[in-house]
Amino acid sequence: MPEAVSSMAGAEFSGAVDIREDGLQGMVTLRGDLGDAKVAGAVKAAVGLAMPKARQIKKGKNGGVAWMSPDEVLLLCDHAGADALVAKLDKALVGVHHLAVNVSDARAMFTLTGTGVREVIAKGAPADLSPAGLPIGEIRRSRIGQIAAAFWLSEAETLHLVCFRSVGAHMFRWLENAAAADTLPGVL
Amino acid sequence: MLILTCPNCGIAADETDLAPGGEAHITRHGPEASDDEFEGYLFHKRNPKGVHFERWRHAFGCGKWFHAARDTATLEVFGTYPAQTLEPPKALQALIRKKRPDWEGFQK
Repeated sequence: MPEAVSSMAGAEFSGAVDIREDGLQGMVTLRGDLGDAKVAGAVKAAVGLAMPKARQIKKGKNGGVAWMSPDEVLLLCDHAGADALVAKLDKALVGVHHLAVNVSDARAMFTLTGTGVREVIAKGAPADLSPAGLPIGEIRRSRIGQIAAAFWLSEAETLHLVCFRSVGAHMFRWLENAAAADTLPGVL
Repeated sequence: MLILTCPNCGIAADETDLAPGGEAHITRHGPEASDDEFEGYLFHKRNPKGVHFERWRHAFGCGKWFHAARDTATLEVFGTYPAQTLEPPKALQALIRKKRPDWEGFQK
């Protein structure tokens, strides 16, 4: 079996902020009635986290869970464990209307670190990136330039971004450009 | 710039995050409908100057449909409400009537 390779194979860039392609990241999309106790139970059993409230993202030892829409969550896990996670969810949700899919290799993930991460993303996203508009632990689905993306801050100066793999290279180039040295306001 | 608050996820979404879905609350007639009725469903839109009810989809966000009430002339947004309804909420209609006393009221 061929070896899995991530979108930008861990490429890095350093400018106004540091950008890193995260390499292989396991991701599972789960759709269903998020208010159903069985669905919440399956998520808890899969990644050890409670069902997030609207727009919340939670991280734990065994992975993460992000609220994507009123009937969809994104589970984060090890790349190698994604298929097993899907099997686990399907087993726990027999008879419950749901869909669990391993989307690990359909996505690209980036991490931005630095004082100006909010400003870099604000150059291309029509989203409120102020600390009040996007608090730490809240995920925002929007677009960067012309491509769909979801992003969240795990710490004050660490931003994570997920987009489709097919546009991963474009996203990296866009971020490089937006994070070129000396292009952020001097007040930062 | 038009900003609508998506009732599904609570995000105040920019126009460029949304996809327009045209006039809301139009009736699609059943399988036995006449050609005239189907033509009306497809083409005969109200297109008013003033209060208008529209369908929008939070395309780049949560991906869900919702309804919005706004003024096509001033672009004032009166409110947004879930897609799973046959007519605007009474409270929203009352608000619009207060702001636009000459509005003819919601018509199916």
